[in-house]
Order: sequence, then C-alpha cells, then structure tokens
Amino acid sequence: MLKSIYNWIDERLDITPLWRDVADHEVPEHVNPAHHFSAFVYCFGGLTFFVTVIQILSGMFLTMYYVPDIMNAHASVNYLQNEVAFGNIVRGMHHFGASLVIVMMFLHTLRVFFTGSYKAPREMNWVIGMLIFMVMLGLGFTGYLLPWDDKAYFATKVGIQIAASVPLIGDQIKELLQGGDIVGAQTISRFFAIHVFFLPGALLGLLGAHFFMIRKQGISGPL
Amino acid sequence: MSNEPKKQKKEVTRRQFLAYTLGGTGGFLAASMIVPMVRFAVDPLLQDKGESEFVKVIALDKLSDEPVSVPFKMLQKDGWVEEEVDLTAWITKNASGQVQALSPICKHLGCTVNWNTEKKYPNQYFCPCHGAHYEKNGKNLAIATAPLDEYEVKIQDNYVYLGKLGPNTKVTT
Repeated sequence: MLKSIYNWIDERLDITPLWRDVADHEVPEHVNPAHHFSAFVYCFGGLTFFVTVIQILSGMFLTMYYVPDIMNAHASVNYLQNEVAFGNIVRGMHHFGASLVIVMMFLHTLRVFFTGSYKAPREMNWVIGMLIFMVMLGLGFTGYLLPWDDKAYFATKVGIQIAASVPLIGDQIKELLQGGDIVGAQTISRFFAIHVFFLPGALLGLLGAHFFMIRKQGISGPL
Repeated sequence: MSNEPKKQKKEVTRRQFLAYTLGGTGGFLAASMIVPMVRFAVDPLLQDKGESEFVKVIALDKLSDEPVSVPFKMLQKDGWVEEEVDLTAWITKNASGQVQALSPICKHLGCTVNWNTEKKYPNQYFCPCHGAHYEKNGKNLAIATAPLDEYEVKIQDNYVYLGKLGPNTKVTT
C-alpha cells in the first residue's frame, strides 16, 4: 500500500535520487562509533540539530496558548503549565531543551576545534557555525523574558544593562532592545517577534548553509 | 500424491530485521516527542467543561405572561481569563407558574431579537436583520431554522436563577 503510493509518486516525480542524495552516504570509519567508540564525539552536531528540531516543534505548540503581552504573558504561561494536559512536559521540553542546545552546541564546537576541522577548506563553515552560536544565544536571551516573571524581568534588565555598557552607542542599543525607555510592554512584544520569527528564520538559513557545506566538503579526515 | 506447493519458510532477512528494529525504536522515540505535544494541542476538546453556576436574576413575582428583558451577569472562564459577561434573557411565567428564559440571539445569523416591536407580527419575537420571528415560547416561524435557545431555570426562595444556555425544550416540532 505505502509502497505503491511511493511508486506512484516516484514514477511521476522521480524522487528517489533526491532522498538518496540526502540520506545515502558513507560514514567514514573514523567517525563511526561502531568502529571506534570514541567517535561518539562526532554525534554532537547531529544531536544539536535534533534538540533544535524539538525546540522548534515544542515552541510552535507553546504559542497555541502563550500571549506576548504584559497583562497576559505570565497568566497564560501559568495556565498552559498547570491547567493544560502535558503542559508541564511541552514547556519542560522547551525549557530544558534550550539549555541542552547550548551544551550540545558547545561540545560540537569543542570537537570541531580539537580535531582541527575548522582548517582549510572548511573555514567558512566555522564562521557559519559561529553565527549559529550567536543566533542560539540570542534565542536564549529573548526567550528568557517571555514568561514575564521576576527572573525573566531582572535577567533581561541585567542583559540590557550589559549591552548598554558598549562605548558610544550603548544607549542606542539599550533603547533598540527595549523598544522604549523601560523593560515593559514594548520589550516583551519585540522580544517575542525576535524569538519566534527573526532568529528562527536566520537560524534555518544558517543551518541550511552549514549542512550544504558539510555535504559538499565532506567530514574532515582522521587525526 | 498431490503435488503440494512448497511451503516457503518466511525468513526475516537481516535487512528487514534492521529496518523493523530501527524503525520501531525511531518511531517510539518520535512518538514520545509528538504525543505530549499533540495531547497538549487538543486539550480544549478534552477539558472538563464543569457544572455551570446558577445566577440569581429576578424575583418571581415580577414575572408575568408578558416577556420581560432581564439583564444579568455571569462569570465566564476562558482559559486564564475569568470575567463577568453581560447577558440578557427574555423571561416569561405562564398561568401554571412555569418559567421560561429565552436567549435573545436569533437562530438565523445571531442578531438580537426583541419582543413585540414589529406591527406585522404582534406578540412575537422579531429580528430586525432579516425578519425572522418567533412565538412566545421561542418557536421559529420564519427565516430561522431553529427555536430560540433557552437558559436552564431554577426557582429558589421566589427568585429565578439562570444556568447554562441550551436548545429550546418547550418547542416540539
């Protein structure tokens, strides 16, 4: 049944080469944990992506209940956490996954660093990776404000004060981040937009470039 | 001495075995991710609706056979928002003392009906939008396809209490 549906589509669109090209490729021996267990360090990049997928999915579901507004943000988070079935799990996935992404990404960066994989011809992919790192930190920073509780509020105040300490343009950066004179109504709606539209958009583009380059250039050789 | 077809022993190939086990494990992992999220999303469908409260609206002796429009407030719980909403009911008490409270929302397209405002239809509920009209008990006479909804009524200490809105029970078609 499934087979015949697939064949019907494949006859018309010839999709087999497409996914073959994406999925069917040899994993070199030195990155395969079945050959050398220590090769598990090569899994960190994939794990980062896996957790990122969980973040995107759980985030999409959270916005079904969340309202980015100073009157409703905390009440809606409280509601989805405590009243909605599996709310604590879905928000837990997003909450703990956020930390896990940073941890995994850091481990992946360490692996790339210590295997020297950033060297020619892969310098551009290192740069893309650093941009992804910054986007991820931006996602963490903007997402932290959204529950609009004490921790969120003061963490954002501190973060914005750090940004404000930049010489010359610090005050402008501060006002741009806040969207106004204080951390308040305009800040939360701005951070929400950045958190769910701008940074994820940038992230997907960068990930595309990251994966394209690794397929084009292949995994770096053994040490 | 019939030639029985050779019974082929169905063997699971190594490839199939791997496909099943890896597929099964992957499916299980994916499900453990997706199921909580889907359950989370469909929660409004499965949430306990709860018993509605009854609200005291008017003294019984102020009612008669002539419908009166009675405004009242009811607590509405909408997710994390709880607020009092303003509602209105057309309440009548017939000769045998039975009280009926009708919703003023037209069953055609949701405008507000009024009692006895159209000369053509005396002693009827009339909707100004498309001319739907109803009998005193809410029975639909034209345009609308259903009788006016009615509130659950409870009488206590000579006061009328209204509860949940539901389909009309007095009109038989």
